[in-house]
Order: sequence, then C-alpha cells, then structure tokens
Amino acid sequence: MEPGDHLFRREAGRMVAALTRLFGVHNLDLAEDVVQDAFCRALEVWKLRGVPENPSAWLMATAKNRALDILRRERTARRYAPELGRLLESEWTLSPVVNEAFGAPAIRDDQLRMMFSCCHPQLPEVAQVALILHILCGFGVSEVAAAFLTRTAAMEKRVARGKKVLASSTRLFDLAEERELPRRLSAVQRALYLLFNEGYHGAHAQLAVRAELCREAMHLCDLLQEHPLSATPESYALAALMCLDAARLPARVDASGNLSSLYDQDRSLWDAALIAKGDELLDRSATGTRVSEYHIEAAIASVHARARTAESTHWDAIVGLYDTLLAIRPSPIVALNRAIAVAQLDGPARGLEEIAAIADRARLADYPFYFAALGELELRSGRRESAHEHFLSARSLARNPMERRFFQQRASACVA
Amino acid sequence: MSEFLYLYRGGDSSGTPEQMQKHMQKWVDWLKDLGTKGHLKDQGNPLEPTGKVVKGRKAISDGPFAEAKDMIGGYTLVEAKDIAQAADLSAGCPIFDTGGFVEVRPIMKM
Repeated sequence: MEPGDHLFRREAGRMVAALTRLFGVHNLDLAEDVVQDAFCRALEVWKLRGVPENPSAWLMATAKNRALDILRRERTARRYAPELGRLLESEWTLSPVVNEAFGAPAIRDDQLRMMFSCCHPQLPEVAQVALILHILCGFGVSEVAAAFLTRTAAMEKRVARGKKVLASSTRLFDLAEERELPRRLSAVQRALYLLFNEGYHGAHAQLAVRAELCREAMHLCDLLQEHPLSATPESYALAALMCLDAARLPARVDASGNLSSLYDQDRSLWDAALIAKGDELLDRSATGTRVSEYHIEAAIASVHARARTAESTHWDAIVGLYDTLLAIRPSPIVALNRAIAVAQLDGPARGLEEIAAIADRARLADYPFYFAALGELELRSGRRESAHEHFLSARSLARNPMERRFFQQRASACVA
Repeated sequence: MSEFLYLYRGGDSSGTPEQMQKHMQKWVDWLKDLGTKGHLKDQGNPLEPTGKVVKGRKAISDGPFAEAKDMIGGYTLVEAKDIAQAADLSAGCPIFDTGGFVEVRPIMKM
C-alpha cells in the first residue's frame, strides 16, 4: 500500500510522545534515537518488501519493542520516568505499562502534554514554535530552519537550548495537576497561532511549505479540542480562525502563479467545507465571558467568508471588530488593517487619515504591505505618481519573488 | 533471459523523517518499475546488520562481515537479457543517493 503523505513525520511526533512518557523528558535524546531506529528499520524492510497494511501500527510496534529492550537492559543504569517508578522495574508490570503508553488515547494525551511542555515560560515564543515543529511535527532541524528562513546552525542552537530547558524537568507538563494550566494554555494557543501565521502570512516563497505549516497548526489545534481541560472557548475560537483563514488559501495564488489580494480573489475557490467548519467552531467558542483576540479575528474572517464580493462585505462590522481587537491586542498591523477597512467603508481619504494617525507607525517601516496599502489608497484617490512610489517601496521590502512580482504589477498599474 | 542477483552494499539512509519517507518511496517506485518492465524475479529481502561468521566448526564469531560501507543490506533477483542490461537497470537504484552501491552478479546456469 501507499503510505500517507508525511506519515513518517506524523508518526515521529506520536512515537516521541509515547517514548518520553516512559523514559522521562530528561531522556528525550534516547526517545529520539529510538524513533530514528524505528524509521531506519522501516526503511530497510519496506523498501524491498513493500509498505505493510498498517504502517503506523508497524512503526509503533517496532518502537515499543525497542523501548521494552532498553527498559529491560538498562533498568538500573538509568533513571526513567519518575511517576512510573517501580512499575518499570518488575517484569509483571513492565509490559502492561508499555502497552498502555502506546495505546492511542495515551499517545494523544502525551502529545498534548509534550505541546504544553514545549511552551515553557523560560523559552521565547519563536523557540517554543520551533520545538513544537521539531518534536511534535517531526520536522528535522534543517526543515524547521528552512520554514522560518533561518540558518540551520542558528536553528540548531535554538532547538538544542529548548531541549535543555525541557530536559531540566523529568516529567511532562500535567494538565490535570498544574496550577499553571491557564497561563500555559494561553502560551500554547499563542504558539499555534504563530505557527499558523508563519504559514499564512510568512515570507517563505513556496506555498506548499506554507500550507504545510498551516495544516500542522490545525492538526495540533485539533488535539487541544480533544481534551476537556484544553477545549476552552479560546481553543475553539483559535480553531475557527484557522479554518476560516485556511479556507481562502486555494485562492491566494491565481492561475498564473501570482499572489492575489483578498479584493481580487476568485471567491468560488474558497473552501466551503472549511468555512462551514469554521463557523460551527466559532459558534461553539461563544461561551464564557472572556472575548479573546482569537474570537475577534475569527469573527472578522467569518464576515469575509460570508461576502460574495469585496464590495458587498460588511465593512462596518469589520471596522467595529478591529476596534475591539485593537483594545485587546494593540499593534500597528492591526491598526493598519483597521484603516484599510475604514477606507473600504468611507473612502480612501478617510483610510489615509487613519493610517497617518497610527501611533507607532514607525514600526511598520519594513513591512511591505504598509506601503502597498498606502499605494492602493493613493491610487484610488487618483494620485498615481505617489501610489507608484509607494508600490516601489513595497517592492524593495518584498520578502520573496512572489511578493516582489505582486508589488511590481501594482506599481505598473499606476503608470499604465 | 538470464537471472542476476543485486546485492545492495553500504549506504547511510538516516535523515529527517520526511527525507527517509521520500527515500523509501523512491525504492518502492524503482522496484515497481522493474516489475512493470518484467525484470523483477524476486524482490528479495533486507538483511539484519548482525549475525554470525562461521569459519570452521569452532571458529564462530559475531560479525562484522565487511566494513560498514561494503556491508550487504539486502538483495533482489532480477531477469535481464545480459549482464550489460542488468547493470544498466541497476543504475536507477536509489542506493546511490545515500553513498551505497549495487553489486550485480550473474546466477550460474545449469
């Protein structure tokens, strides 16, 4: 049979989670070695004998047997997971404990605990995201570096430091026991949000890579929803936001491979099933008293999703939502997006006023879409020359060839 | 048609999970292609890297049998017109991506 796309990568995250539960987080390296061994074996056997009926079960069984070997052989030489303690020492309890750890429900919980462990407060957000991609999504360090357009050596350092922080505790974060749960959960949500955004708005030139990051973030967000303690209204709102934004991915590039703005996209290409799922999740998120930034962003995406054309969009609703978002999480980019919505509602002159009024506008100085927004509004005001200048500024800041081409086209449109 | 044995020697296929899966897929595709073209007699087997070396009744030792870079990792039985064609067919083997090589040996006829 044909293995699913990224089967190895996905199973890497599951196996590491199960193995770390048995070995303890301080033995993360050992867990990673066992995973690598399992893949080497799979590769050797499958390449000649073909892929088995249930490749995932094959890999799990291989890792499990190897884990049993190690636990038996090095029973006294190493310290394993302290919470399992004596259970690993006796042959009577060893097998049942190991079997249980490799069962689907246990693995799911351990992936979740690993995700929470990766979002350690001692680590900066970028490192948390990198660790999640590496440990839970099975990205090699070189692949994480490539996704973030970082040098591999720098990423190696970041991941190594992250692992050291992880290994400083012996057990994984326990959702049921930690008083720190609410704070850590919000760090996890933030990390998944950043991971998704790296895919959605990131600088990587290859859309395939970016779509992959979005998919990974959505997959991990599903795990949050599957555990009662992490399935909070914010988690649902985050999942809703991801679905509603991801629904537009198929239309972001047009038939000739050029970037297409929200205003020009062929909306028939939007993924109706994802929009329906996103709206349903947004409904589920509407409980409790706290309105998070994810709620607002999801609501904005939902308004866009419901509009058949850019013109018929409820821009007044969008401006109102951006007002709320600015109050929750003030940022110049949010203010810029709000100004663009104002321009849609009240005309380009009002939009330009709003942009001029952004308090920390200086922080947008290297953001290409800031100049592109100025260009669009100047163009709509009939000031072609000024618009042209702005699009050229945007082009000089473009982060990949696709963006550069897009800004070039807009610049050319000003002088045509 | 004559029969030939491919002995796969050496090669280090470790990498990131994604790289390993892609490499595995290349092998599966290559063997499938050999089969479609009617050259595959027996897809063969992978071999464990450890075992025993027996030299006389009392001289039994654990490997190694060869240096890692020459170690036989598996074999496949193919059919080809002659040794030249058998060698040609092996050129598509993904083992070359990982620094290994294929030894092509004609099976002696009765």
